[in-house]
Amino acid sequence: MTTQQSIQPLVRVRNISKHFGEGPTRVDALRDVTIDVQPAEVVALLGPSGSGKSTLLNVIGCILDPSDGTLDLEGGPVFAGGHWLRSDLRRLRLDKIGFIFQFHNLLPFLDATDNVALVLQLAGHEASAARIRAIELLDYLEVGHRRHAFPAKLSGGEAQRVAIARALANKPRIILADEPTAALDSKRAGIVMDLLRRLAMDQQAAIIAVTHDEKIYDRFDRIFMLRDGRLEREERRSP
Amino acid sequence: MNLAFRDIRHNFFRFFLTCVGLGLLLGVVMAMIGIYRGLVVDALTIARAPAVDLWVVEANSRGPFAAASRIPGDTREAIARLAGVAAAGSVTYQTVETEYRRAKLRLYVIGYELTRPGGPPTIVAGRSIGRARYELVADRTTGIELGDRIKLGRATFEVVGLTEHQVNSGGDPAVYVTLADAQRLQFDVSPSAARVQVAKGAGIASRDNVNAVIAKMSPDASPDLLADIVRRWKHLTAITQTEQEAILTKSLVDRARRQIGLFTSLLLTVSAVVISLIIYTMTLEKIKQIATLKLIGAADRTIVGMIVQQALSIGIIAFSIGVGLILAIKDSFPRRVVIEPDNVAALGLVVVFICIFSSGLGVRAALRVDPATALGG
Repeated sequence: MTTQQSIQPLVRVRNISKHFGEGPTRVDALRDVTIDVQPAEVVALLGPSGSGKSTLLNVIGCILDPSDGTLDLEGGPVFAGGHWLRSDLRRLRLDKIGFIFQFHNLLPFLDATDNVALVLQLAGHEASAARIRAIELLDYLEVGHRRHAFPAKLSGGEAQRVAIARALANKPRIILADEPTAALDSKRAGIVMDLLRRLAMDQQAAIIAVTHDEKIYDRFDRIFMLRDGRLEREERRSP
Repeated sequence: MNLAFRDIRHNFFRFFLTCVGLGLLLGVVMAMIGIYRGLVVDALTIARAPAVDLWVVEANSRGPFAAASRIPGDTREAIARLAGVAAAGSVTYQTVETEYRRAKLRLYVIGYELTRPGGPPTIVAGRSIGRARYELVADRTTGIELGDRIKLGRATFEVVGLTEHQVNSGGDPAVYVTLADAQRLQFDVSPSAARVQVAKGAGIASRDNVNAVIAKMSPDASPDLLADIVRRWKHLTAITQTEQEAILTKSLVDRARRQIGLFTSLLLTVSAVVISLIIYTMTLEKIKQIATLKLIGAADRTIVGMIVQQALSIGIIAFSIGVGLILAIKDSFPRRVVIEPDNVAALGLVVVFICIFSSGLGVRAALRVDPATALGG
């Protein structure tokens, strides 16, 4: 039983399609895409512009309605039969999914601690408990010394680590990263990827990143190549 | 965690400047309301000063303030003898321009009988008029000081007392003189004009005229009944105090009231548009932040609460600044500005309503934000 649970994918995408418009204006952004992502796995969605990788990330993040297919998160069905099976997708995101953005997207009027604590408070944690947990996360990500700094005073690498702390605040097991290293130089990009890998291992989380950053391709366990909305190929790597 | 407060604190200087700007606008709105109130109070001040119940004036006139009125001086004796009249007095009202300390000064000269109703309601400095001639009590806003001598017509008067808040509906400060002095000032013609009248065979017109006779009633008497009795005398008409005040507020200051009311409405509309634009612009600047909040799971009420709280904060702080400013400088206005607590409360409620209504635009924009906006560059 334990073995079965451990191999159950955290993200299970089956024959997901997404089209925009109808008739002559119809655009098929995703066509029958099927992927699984296991716990402790770090995968990348690659492809040229318009290949559907951001659309797929949005579908997995429950931001965009698929046209067809099924989506399971942490073993539970979330989308099937053309409709969402959960009424409160925002709550689902809050509880199960962490987001990491290209430009960190920290709220500029909150300091590092409060940016992280906010997510915990949104989930219903007491303010004091949220701050304690936030500080623990910042320490874990080695930016604890910058806990009182506002985003404008953080370096790119520090801001991205605070953003990762925010993504991890509610202990989600699915982390979606949109170009997480695009705004960083090679050294900091490497540090962030190491961090993500450590998180994946420590928390048995699935990390799915959209990236164009060739210098970090070798940091992923698997790479899904998309083209014209289709999954063109899957490459398994040994980082 | 209060996001609205954190955002305000982070951008406090900008927020404060916005509040000051809006506060000045709301201050102007409050000032306009105060000016209107002052106009009404000023219009009623002179009519209320003698604290009487009945005004007897020339027939077919709505005098002595809204229209001219001239009646014989002995009318007072006839009125005083009527049943129910406790006290009666003759009064004259006249606007005079004179010179004081090398500057033109417009005065509203009120003539009254020293021992009868019609004199200044309070003396704040000096004393009441004690002599039958050439003494004067002036309103403080004239700038005249105790002991000064001032020329009215051909006579020079000594200022023996000061009163305050006694101005006519035009804002001219009042001075009180004896009825005899006032009659000379108003009804005496110049020697050359008198000679012309004599040459015409018209004779010298009597000076013993007054503009009105005012009467205080006994507690058990009805001003309306007495007014009906007086109206039977064909050469006179009677106006109760209530009717006099209605004439002053609905007739004399009506146009000014409507003008100020319209201007105040325009200012409130401008304030509403400005508040709407400020909130809408603030929201548009936060589109990415709002998208991020939605993406990480913030409920709509969290986002709406942030916008509405900021709108209310701006409105309430700006309103406080505006009211505080006007309260601080209201006495520097050339005319009276009356800030009543009920007016302040009403404007406060209007501002709160405008803020909530105006934040609707921002809320609408925020609720339309796609969480996916947070992703990508």
